Amino acid sequence: MTTSTVAVRKPVAWRRIALHLGCLAALLVMLYPLAWLLATSLKPADEVIASLDLLPSSLEWSNYKTALDGVNDVSVWQLLGNSLFIAGGAVVGNVLSCSLAAYAFARLRFRFRGPLFAFMIATIMLPHHAVLIPQYIIFNQLGMVNTYWPLILPKFLATEAFFVFLIVQFMRGLPRELEEAARIDGCGPFRSFFLVILPLTRPALITTAIFTFIWTWNDFFTQLIYLFSPEKFTLTLALRSFVDASSQSAFGPMFAMSVIALLPIVLFFLAFQRFLVEGMANSGIKG
Amino acid sequence: MTTTQIPTPARTQDVDPPTKPPRRQREGAAWVFLSPWVLGAAVLTLLPMAVSLYLSFTDYDLFNPPQWVGLRNYTQMFTEDPRYWRSVVATLTYVVIAVPLQLGLALVVALALKGMRRGKGFYRSAFYAPSLLGASMSIALVWRAIFNDGGTVDNLLGTGGWVNKPGWALFTVALLTVWQFGAPMVIFLAGLQQIPAELYEAAAVDGASRWRQFLSITVPMLSPVIFFNLVLQTIQAFQVFTPAFAVSAGKGGPADSTLFYTLYLYDRGFVASHMGYASAMAWTLLLVIGAVTAVLFRTSRSWVFYASEGDR
Repeated sequence: MTTSTVAVRKPVAWRRIALHLGCLAALLVMLYPLAWLLATSLKPADEVIASLDLLPSSLEWSNYKTALDGVNDVSVWQLLGNSLFIAGGAVVGNVLSCSLAAYAFARLRFRFRGPLFAFMIATIMLPHHAVLIPQYIIFNQLGMVNTYWPLILPKFLATEAFFVFLIVQFMRGLPRELEEAARIDGCGPFRSFFLVILPLTRPALITTAIFTFIWTWNDFFTQLIYLFSPEKFTLTLALRSFVDASSQSAFGPMFAMSVIALLPIVLFFLAFQRFLVEGMANSGIKG
Repeated sequence: MTTTQIPTPARTQDVDPPTKPPRRQREGAAWVFLSPWVLGAAVLTLLPMAVSLYLSFTDYDLFNPPQWVGLRNYTQMFTEDPRYWRSVVATLTYVVIAVPLQLGLALVVALALKGMRRGKGFYRSAFYAPSLLGASMSIALVWRAIFNDGGTVDNLLGTGGWVNKPGWALFTVALLTVWQFGAPMVIFLAGLQQIPAELYEAAAVDGASRWRQFLSITVPMLSPVIFFNLVLQTIQAFQVFTPAFAVSAGKGGPADSTLFYTLYLYDRGFVASHMGYASAMAWTLLLVIGAVTAVLFRTSRSWVFYASEGDR
């Protein structure tokens, strides 16, 4: 026993070091685009292209100053506010509506529960584009195009079934005795939901909130379709107006604005990485 | 991926206290909880699906009432529209390149991290970060610049910018997907950690090599998770939009090589105002994704292994 461990130890140590070196090398390659983004946002216009140096020769803070002026006479602060408003509304809507539906699916008994649950699961796989055009027509008829309603209202109707499923899975893990105790104490389904179940579901709700925020923040397609007044634009849509511009003089400000747009996600990631990684891991295993 | 957690209804009945509200009242409560979801499913999912099916047989420009044209949108799509077929080819090529590369890398990294004692949490988070950032317009713009003429790749390899070359531009978008291998990697890692260590110990005692252990233990035990990732990533890959839009400056170029299906659908429906035609495209996409998912599920019977088969 002892001889074999001694004999094996050396190659294992080497293997471990090689593994770490490999991981670090992969990490460097993966982080390169982010480093490039940060460096380019601070580069003078003539260094962006035709220079292999990652680091700028001098820090060009004026890129950020130009970026803060925004696009189409709309300042970055307003774009940021618009993005935050949409993402915030989506978070509130998703957490509320998805947890309500999840409680019914996880704990209450009602007719057609099986088929409805199967339908809900199927909508997770439904491509967004299959419903996009009629949804657009409906919102157009309601006069809601070029408002934030089409971006926020669906979230209050639990249309993102992925999160309903996530919360259902979590609620099924909670002990039933809690609600039975609450019921003996005279709590109806509503009070036991709000007072007993919801507080215990907090981890799943936080996961839902963070993913909703990030996905809504990054969303481009829906915003592209529904919003067309520049003063209603989000950061993502404002960045889009740079897509057509091929002139490289705009590169610095464009990437400065890109950094501003990514900042909330990076901060969210740093603050909640545990929840995000665990939430993602659980989505595949418990499913 | 087991369905063992569906609660058994019998359990609640024998402990119901006498104060239990009548059944009808409780059922009413359930529908109150469900009402937002029911409304959303009816008005924002089922109704739109029916409407878009109807519209796919019409000419509709949002302003004039729809004109019934029968199957014309579909025949035009399949027989008279070369751009449609180019978008199909671009999307399928992308799915076939990006999904296996992404999942393969995710699996390799998950295996590398699995046995790691120190730094596992750090690497897991760090590798996961691009999955959150990659869908953003910011990163798509970075990608376009790095792979453009005079960008990093051009400077390093001297190949010229990839985004301007048909055949290479698509690969650029695929690389952006591969860059986001973190999400499936995290799921793989969680799956790997659920494989009982005794299985490997028993195999090692029997003298099985690591490769043999990988093939005979890891792959079958992990197959439900591989299947889950495969279905999820394939469905998502069919719908990719932002990177294609940014890399090709919204036009699907060069030479329609990155004219992804969703990009062309957007172009027909919202730029050219052919809502009927775009609806026909959307329903075709829905059917294709449904068929691909069905095929994946069908083949899964022969290679996905459920350890808890007995209690399903």
